[in-house]
Amino acid sequence: MFRKATTSVNKTLLSGFITLFSSNMFAAWDDLNMTEGVTAISKEVFDLHMLIFWICVVIGLVVFGIMFYSMFAFTKKKNPSPASFHENTKLELAWTVVPFLILVFMAIPASNTLTKIYDDTEGDINIQVVGYQWKWQYKYLEDDIDFFQNLTTDWDEIYNKTPKGEFYLEEVDEAVVIPVGKKIRFLITANDVIHSWWMPDFAIKQDAIPGFINTAWTIVDEPGTYRGKCTELCGKNHGFMPVVVKVVPQDEYDAWVKEKKEAAFRMAELTEKEWSVSELTERGEGVYLKNCVACHQVNGQGITGIFPKLAGSDIVLNDKARNIEILMEGVQGAAMQSFANQLSEVDMASVITYTRQAWGNADNGDGEIVVPKDIVEYKKPKV
Amino acid sequence: MSAVIESHNHDDHHHGPAKGLTRWLYTTNHKDIGSLYLWFSFAMFLIGGAMALVIRAELFQPGMQIVEPEFYNQMLTLHGLIMVFGAVMPAFVGLANWLVPMMVGAPDMALPRMNNLSFWILPFAFFILLSSLFMEGGAPNFGWTFYAPLSTTYAPPSVTFFIFAVHIMGASSIMGSINVIVTIMNMRAPGMTLMKMPLFVWSWLITAYLLIAVMPVLAGAVTMMLMDIHFGTSFFNAAGGGDPVLFQHIFWFFGHPEVYIMILPAFGIASHIIETFSRKQLFGYASMVWAMASIAILSFVVWAHHMFTVGLPLAAELFFMWATMLIAVPTGVKVFNWVTTMFKGSITYETPMLFAIAFVVLFTIGGFSGLMLAITPADFQYHDTYFVVAHFHYVLVPGSIFSIMAAVYYWIPKWTGNMYDERLGKLHFWLSFVGVNVTFFPQHWIGLAGMPRRIPDYALQFADWNMISSVGAFLFGASQILFLFIVLKTVMGGKKATPEVWEGSRGLEWTVESPAPYHTFTTPPKVS
Repeated sequence: MFRKATTSVNKTLLSGFITLFSSNMFAAWDDLNMTEGVTAISKEVFDLHMLIFWICVVIGLVVFGIMFYSMFAFTKKKNPSPASFHENTKLELAWTVVPFLILVFMAIPASNTLTKIYDDTEGDINIQVVGYQWKWQYKYLEDDIDFFQNLTTDWDEIYNKTPKGEFYLEEVDEAVVIPVGKKIRFLITANDVIHSWWMPDFAIKQDAIPGFINTAWTIVDEPGTYRGKCTELCGKNHGFMPVVVKVVPQDEYDAWVKEKKEAAFRMAELTEKEWSVSELTERGEGVYLKNCVACHQVNGQGITGIFPKLAGSDIVLNDKARNIEILMEGVQGAAMQSFANQLSEVDMASVITYTRQAWGNADNGDGEIVVPKDIVEYKKPKV
Repeated sequence: MSAVIESHNHDDHHHGPAKGLTRWLYTTNHKDIGSLYLWFSFAMFLIGGAMALVIRAELFQPGMQIVEPEFYNQMLTLHGLIMVFGAVMPAFVGLANWLVPMMVGAPDMALPRMNNLSFWILPFAFFILLSSLFMEGGAPNFGWTFYAPLSTTYAPPSVTFFIFAVHIMGASSIMGSINVIVTIMNMRAPGMTLMKMPLFVWSWLITAYLLIAVMPVLAGAVTMMLMDIHFGTSFFNAAGGGDPVLFQHIFWFFGHPEVYIMILPAFGIASHIIETFSRKQLFGYASMVWAMASIAILSFVVWAHHMFTVGLPLAAELFFMWATMLIAVPTGVKVFNWVTTMFKGSITYETPMLFAIAFVVLFTIGGFSGLMLAITPADFQYHDTYFVVAHFHYVLVPGSIFSIMAAVYYWIPKWTGNMYDERLGKLHFWLSFVGVNVTFFPQHWIGLAGMPRRIPDYALQFADWNMISSVGAFLFGASQILFLFIVLKTVMGGKKATPEVWEGSRGLEWTVESPAPYHTFTTPPKVS
């Protein structure tokens, strides 16, 4: 897709129009149409879209042509005495039957493409996609890889304090990596509300619904980085949960899988390590900014009436056990979800410690910290 | 409007309207209630429009400038709810009140006291809905389609008030529909057989049946939400064994007929106006009736085309795609009939005609994008993008709302006895026409290029056309103030209207004087 490196938001209307009608009008026009995408299916969908579009244009030209002709030719001035005909069975039959035939002509290729899309045999690689407010989780079912995908665009860019980057609102901390030429099957669901996983270049849009697993598949032949978005209103930050998929050659994919597995091993080692308060707090701040600020805000004040404040909260100050429980289990009937599967033991311990230390909480409460082993302990089956 | 009717002391043995506020509170007169509905709907149109302008102002540039995402979601939710239930539907009920009795030669609606009730509960419904803006946690923020579980487990506390408001709106609509059906079925003038009824009456008869069929379904959906939220049921809660997709099936079983409820009366209006200003009998009256009935029936079997991405089985996707495409046939018939009515006519372009022609053209463009959306594989790309936003605004704004404006210009001389200012009317038309197209046409493009709907901020490649769309929205919004001015000016005075008002007008309402007396057709006219 054609993309402007930076778009000056201060562009005047006039220059907008000049851009439109300038020499690169055709490039601009491509930018205003559906993407052709990079899969066999997405190209078929694009062709279908253009076919129906042109049929509509032709019908429109004929109908509006007759209408505009009538508007100019049969004004009261030019045609003072109107005709008196008001029905014609043959004509009316014709304009019922002919459109029906045109529709059949459209329905045939559409049904064929749809049937191809509905091939739901297993993929070479099966990835479970889980929508959360407001991020995506990916689990590679064969390789035991599991990670979250968060928006990385800085809030300062969003609130216009710093200039917006090239991939404003379309950049994430960790892309989904898939190899070229392999059949990838996505098993899509959600943890809280309904989301929708959309990757325009693959022509995949599938709702992520709690309690259901929807499937979609793709085979991509062109390596590259592809960007999509959540397309079902899922609450406050619906506009801020992009999807990024990186398609790479097979050997690069294998290397990535190996690297991910090693990283998981290093994380296990971290859990065993002895942590100091400042180490935990420092790491916890990062975790907090990524996972918690959307609701509880940077200053821990939350939003009155919807998201409770953490600064000065009795649980955060004095009830370590309950504090851990809330993050591990979520709160029934409220927006607070369980983070047990989203955060590692290390991140879980550090973010709780951070909230117990930040905003003056350390001075006002018991100041107890939580270490990764506490979380491991919590996770052990209770007798 | 009160000034006019009070100043008009029609001197026969019937009593005129009462004086003061109680006239409006206690009135059982179809003309008074029609005016109340129309003024109420205009007030809601301005409030819903102001919310749309908050949305467009925020989208003027990328980045968050004016409101927070949380409030943005409240605005898009209330904008949709108010425009659908507060502006378009009451406007059509207002027109039905004013016109159906006069068109069928009846003295009033069949159930006048219920008529009063069905109007007067509406302001309370919208007062409750709007008051949720000031509640803790804010107004409903889950979109006008209120998909569970965002609208149940994850909703702000004000959702309960929203549910109550929807119940009241539903009760109002059902009462209004019963009234329309009973009036049409029982109170037509002698000689007016069903196939001699004016098309606006036909369109409302069909609309009223649709309303009675689907409003209880909506009431069921919100009641199930209420149970989930407060009484521990799990209709839509997967964790409790419920089904979030069930909500969408129920909602759209209501929702698709609902969108035809908002367009069928427009078909009736356009038919009358095009016939009048073409000075030629409407082409294909019988096929117009047939087409409306077909559209209404089809509307019950196409609902899942709003749900192509929820993971329906292939057979369901194919069925709903084909059924949806079928709607193009009767809709096409209507457009061909309008065009053929104009063909070899003797046309003049007064304001109502301009709005009616724009209605036909722009509604047809909305129909084309609707056909594109019906193609399931392509819908996977269009769904929940600005392409959809462009599509339904094309059928609702230059569709339904233009038809309502056309109707006001067309019948206001009958209502007030005064002609509106033609020059200002045309100015209003052209400003609205340009505004609506500048606002919504580029939304097709940004949708195709990949901008999802219902987002407060967007990636940079969508910036230029969002800015232009916002400029168009403010132009369109501002020109509605001119509309208010024109209507008020006409109510206060103007060139006196003749009984027939327009050279080519046909129908019983044009046989009574202008303004229409407070009571018309106390003895039924004879229709040959």
